[in-house]
Amino acid sequence: MPVRKLKNYAFIGFCTFCALFGLVVLASVLYSLVGKGVSGMGLHVFTELTPGPGSHGGLKNAIIGSLILTALGILIAAPLGVMAGTWLSESDKSSKIAEALRFLNGMLMSAPSILVGLFVYKVVVVTTGSFSGWAGAIALAILALPIIVSTTEEMLRLVPTTLKEAGSGLGAPRWRVITQLCYRAAGPGIITGILLSVARITGETAPLLFTALNSNFMSTELDKPMANLPVTIYQYAMSPFESWNELAWAGALLITVFILIINILSTALPRWIKARKAAK
Amino acid sequence: MLLTAMPSAIKGDSIFYRLSFTSAILIFLVLIGIILSLIDGGWLALSEFGPGFVFRNVWDPVNSEFGAASAIYGTLVSSLIAIVIAIPVGLGTAIFLAELAPDWISRPVSMAIELLAAVPSIIYGMWGLFVFAPWFSEGFQFWALENLVGLPLIGHWFDGPPIGIGLMTAGIILSFMILPIITALTRDALKTIPNVVREAAYGVGATPYEVITRVLLPSIKNAAVGAGILGLGRALGETMAVAFVIGGANRIETSLFMPASSISSTIAQQFNEATNEMHISALISLGLVLFVLTFIVMGAARLLLRKR
Repeated sequence: MPVRKLKNYAFIGFCTFCALFGLVVLASVLYSLVGKGVSGMGLHVFTELTPGPGSHGGLKNAIIGSLILTALGILIAAPLGVMAGTWLSESDKSSKIAEALRFLNGMLMSAPSILVGLFVYKVVVVTTGSFSGWAGAIALAILALPIIVSTTEEMLRLVPTTLKEAGSGLGAPRWRVITQLCYRAAGPGIITGILLSVARITGETAPLLFTALNSNFMSTELDKPMANLPVTIYQYAMSPFESWNELAWAGALLITVFILIINILSTALPRWIKARKAAK
Repeated sequence: MLLTAMPSAIKGDSIFYRLSFTSAILIFLVLIGIILSLIDGGWLALSEFGPGFVFRNVWDPVNSEFGAASAIYGTLVSSLIAIVIAIPVGLGTAIFLAELAPDWISRPVSMAIELLAAVPSIIYGMWGLFVFAPWFSEGFQFWALENLVGLPLIGHWFDGPPIGIGLMTAGIILSFMILPIITALTRDALKTIPNVVREAAYGVGATPYEVITRVLLPSIKNAAVGAGILGLGRALGETMAVAFVIGGANRIETSLFMPASSISSTIAQQFNEATNEMHISALISLGLVLFVLTFIVMGAARLLLRKR
């Protein structure tokens, strides 16, 4: 009897320890992120350009560049992803093509992001002859695409068949049933998927290393290398200069806060939209 | 009215169908494009060194001699360390969340663990380099050098410079990164088990330990193994977190404290500095090896996790 009890307590102790372990790691990451990030933070981070070696400056060009790259990546991926997800959700259950595409979408989602960078390097950078904002945006779009595809499909499958039948019964062609009924019903869920993909790609560094590269200048030209936060953080964190390390922590804090806000929005926004619809 | 409406409706349908089908096919094209571009880019190195490229233990950009063995070793060993840590800890956390803790504890803790998944990998890398590595060096490595090196069989793992970075540090940082996914998947699998099963097991007088290890865990075996393999797949391809802490040396060493390189960290650190074509091609061939590795691992995970 006592042996059984002892085993049981040891087991419960182990599981509790495991949960605590994860919490301690999270706390330590957040603590150093906030501690070191806040001390490097200030208005100068947003108003000054990335400095040369050893001197002081901000992250203005990197922040703007990252916003452009992310927005452009999503603008490319969202329409394509929603359309692809629509096709998958409308396809027959027995369709072999749909099943194969679903599998490949899963593989694309789990493909190492650095390989997406190599692919875009070969296809865009080598053919156009230069690193460019476009290349970076395309690489990010490829990472966002599979997430949007799978959430769109899932959300459209949740739309009740009776709703579609009601639309078809009124004589609406299939594409109008989908665009005007299904998209409205599944809208909040699709938006969640798009926001999650934003959260995923804003922190991505590896695919930008050899596509958008980086730049120390303020540039919004998409056919030139473009400054961006993740690569700047990588370069500054790995450098021996104190002022660069400080900026890297400030940038890391910015990215993490941004991602947290997007994550919170991705659960709050759909609820908010639904509540507003209900109020009408 | 109906006669004029019909053709436009059919036309609209066919346009919409083609648009959506083309977008869906794009997934296939991108994946094929990734494979073809890796083969094309790596062709020069693969034809020079042959299939033996995978097993050659040499990485010498100066003399244009390349082989993938050291990078593959670094990738596999760091990923193995990661799952050896993350699977038991993730499983324990999932059991704590789904079976042991009351709702008011498990809900916020679940959210916190999910937060861990939202933190981008570059931040794990920075944290690993600036916070974890110094602590690991003082807190564990010096102690291990004195106490563990003498152990038979595994002693030489700990025989290296206590500098905080290296193969083992990379593996530990990776384990933190894959912990959330393993926890979430096994927790969700535990929650799908109907309550009557638990009630029946507790009803015959079993302790929570017995209920969980003999009744619940066996029934989610597939999902748990799938979660572990999915975590392994993530670890294999992870770049930034590893690039910060692995040290960047293309050598095979028996000591886990020595600096090493993984496939992805080698590509990330050398690609922009590579000037001769053979070096670039060798790096892209490494990418091809990584693609094949992750494709096999992820395919296996997907088959195991598929809902039937």
